[in-house]
Amino acid sequence: MNFELSPDQKLLVDTAAAFARKQSPVSRLRELRADPVGWQKATWKQMGELGWLAMLFPEELGGFGASFVDLCLVIEQLGATLVPEPIVPSVVLAGLPLLRVGSDAQKQRWLAPLAAGDVSLALAWAERDGRYDAASVTTRAERAGAGWRLTGEKVFVLNGHAADALLVSARTSGGPRDREGVTLWLVEPSAPGVTVQPIQTMDGHHAAMVRFDGVELGDDARVGALGGGVAEVERALDDGAAASCSEGAGMMQTVLAMTTEYLRTREQFGVKIGSFQALQHRAVDMFVECELAKSMALLAAIRTDGDDADERRSAVSWAKAQLGESGRYVTQQATQLHGGVGVTDEHDVGLYFKRMQVLSSLYGDDEHHIARLGRLPSFTRDL
Amino acid sequence: MDLSFTPAQTAFRDEVRAWIREAMPPHLAEKAAVDAHFEMSEVMEWHRVLHAKGWVAPNWPKEWGGPGLDVTERFILTEELELAGAPQLSPFGLAMVGPLLLQFGSEAQKQRFLPKILSGDEKWCQGYSEPNAGSDLASLKLRADDDGNGGFVLNGQKTWTTYAQYADWIFVLARTDGSAKKQEGISFLLVDMKSPGLTVKPFLTTGGTPAFCETFFENVAVPGDNLVGPLNGGWTLAKALLGHERTLIAHVGHSARALLRLKRIAQSAQKDGKPLLDDPVFRAKIARLEVRFRSLQTTNYRVVAGAQLGNAPGPESSILKIRGSETLQHLMELTMEAMGHDALAWFNPPGVVPPIEQWVASGFNYTRATTIYGGANEIQRNVIAKLILGLPSR
Ligand SMILES: Cc1cc2nc3c(=O)[nH]c(=O)nc-3n(C[C@H](O)[C@H](O)[C@H](O)COP(=O)(O)OP(=O)(O)OC[C@H]3O[C@@H](n4cnc5c(N)ncnc54)[C@H](O)[C@@H]3O)c2cc1C
Repeated sequence: MNFELSPDQKLLVDTAAAFARKQSPVSRLRELRADPVGWQKATWKQMGELGWLAMLFPEELGGFGASFVDLCLVIEQLGATLVPEPIVPSVVLAGLPLLRVGSDAQKQRWLAPLAAGDVSLALAWAERDGRYDAASVTTRAERAGAGWRLTGEKVFVLNGHAADALLVSARTSGGPRDREGVTLWLVEPSAPGVTVQPIQTMDGHHAAMVRFDGVELGDDARVGALGGGVAEVERALDDGAAASCSEGAGMMQTVLAMTTEYLRTREQFGVKIGSFQALQHRAVDMFVECELAKSMALLAAIRTDGDDADERRSAVSWAKAQLGESGRYVTQQATQLHGGVGVTDEHDVGLYFKRMQVLSSLYGDDEHHIARLGRLPSFTRDL
Repeated sequence: MDLSFTPAQTAFRDEVRAWIREAMPPHLAEKAAVDAHFEMSEVMEWHRVLHAKGWVAPNWPKEWGGPGLDVTERFILTEELELAGAPQLSPFGLAMVGPLLLQFGSEAQKQRFLPKILSGDEKWCQGYSEPNAGSDLASLKLRADDDGNGGFVLNGQKTWTTYAQYADWIFVLARTDGSAKKQEGISFLLVDMKSPGLTVKPFLTTGGTPAFCETFFENVAVPGDNLVGPLNGGWTLAKALLGHERTLIAHVGHSARALLRLKRIAQSAQKDGKPLLDDPVFRAKIARLEVRFRSLQTTNYRVVAGAQLGNAPGPESSILKIRGSETLQHLMELTMEAMGHDALAWFNPPGVVPPIEQWVASGFNYTRATTIYGGANEIQRNVIAKLILGLPSR
């Protein structure tokens, strides 16, 4: 057992922390909320140059074969200041499935420029009424001559409003909730028949509802095996969940620091409010939740690097459920302990509160992960 | 970063597990299987088994009979013993006064006391708390007056003294200078329980088992040789104990066992003709608790891994007592819920209710103490607020 950072990891963390502090303090997200894209190409390019967009890719694609843990260390630091660039949607949700099952040509076409920060990607998997079920797919890809025709609608596609390519799950056989028969496709938003409707989300980020009206696709747009898409999307959502746990852990550290600082300085009744024991104990419970969530984020990241799928799934679900519980507690109490200023749009605490609410529902909320845990083999092991 | 135990550590775990299975006498194993209360004679029987194996005092140095295990091995040993439901050894000699003597005792004191703590020939209890000095321990009043010959005369009372009714010795914090500031007039003394004037009155706990006592001192004579550390320097010793073996304070082995037991009980309990475990609502309750347990366990692993590297305990180690005790309480509560009215039986003659039902309610009740003893959780929170979060005092 070892939770120490290697010298390389320390460097990575320091670089990411300095980047977040200097180039993207929370004020940047605050300003970009009004921007139709919500993030900036120049910053994205910089992230590419820093190597963060290709960490897990092999060398020939511009990467350096780092671990998922390494990536999560960066994500945690960027979470601390709410950096809005779409690393998780591009790299984790869309990039990693492409890396795992894409063809060489597809990887060259999309992952190499992603590595450089020249393009961004998105995974279009969720559908209305599908909740968190990756198999709940009614979007269809039907044979049309030598190619395929794509029809349907995807909702809340993270970075869907800005992505250069969408990785889309669509049914090639089977009924609406069958696990078999879903296939992944690479679709460019400029293709005829694609309608991207940008939307704003409560955390100041942007996403899209995407409609496909008979979009023509060649067979070279297919990603991975015919009918094998659900497992890939589920894996991507697990990876996204694990990454969100690190992002959340980074956010919680900031929120705790912000709150204890406020408790040390704000005065009422002639004393610092941090001297009130009721508030001290609340702050300690926030600290406890921060540490627990951090432990679980580490565990999920470590297990994501491992080979054991059951261990990975349980760790991700433990971590995501813990994030839900801890993240809510920490951000809600932070708001409470700030008093009125905590519910003004001017104060940063609200930005963290909202982003945490978004994170806790993305990739399955705690309810979803708790239910899944009950179905995993590890739940009944040794009984 | 790596969360796995090394092959050597895993082999050690296997060794411990196999050894416990083999070494635990059948009548103890039978009780362990249903989490029954162990009599002191049974605890001491297990003490001697562990002693023979060399594992009774995992954190003692080799020269005094410790096994020479590193911090991770000690953690594994404890986790496995807890997981097996083995009798929990009395901590007062092995984990409290022993380590304090090693750190602060004179050579003669070490020679006199340590071997008998190790062998179990002498049992110890801890005389800190008093009726009016609990969380505010430094306000203790047990008086130790100079007897004019270099010794002391003790007058006053201790309370909640666990196992005083079985103990041969008690270590006490006593006031040796009534005029000094609260913390500065306290000394650490070793007192023979057979001393004239020392009496013990046991309480029954809400768990229905005898554990703690009131301990009264009436002109109890204590030789000067039984002072540990400097005169009026007892508070330093009391505080030193707090830092010992942080890695074990969460008792994750107990929680791991309680979680497994909860699932097993839910599997055999029936609801609407089906195992309760198959009820999605109840399953979700267990899963939620398992998440809390896993986050505690993983945090504990972080602390063990840090200690193994020789790092000073990080801030995360301070949450282990709070979260460990609360997790165990939650697990006991849900176990009660899983059993429904089958959990309500209370100390019936053997055979009246199944053995598993005999002890659940007792354990559930006794577990309420875990958030009180060893520094109540409110006090833990006060300390974290001040030392880690840097919040102001009034
Ligand atoms: C099962 C068991 C075994 C024990 N064994 C021993 C033993 O062997 N030897 C021994 O010396 N002692 C023993 N104790 C005593 C134990 O250490 C004390 O119970 C503990 O220190 C609390 O003291 P108290 O009971 O006087 O409660 P109090 O200190 O009176 O506390 C009452 C309540 O007030 C809270 N409180 C007190 N001060 C504060 C504060 N500043 N801020 C916020 N809340 C506060 C407490 O947290 C608690 O909830 C044992 C206790 C138990 C339950």
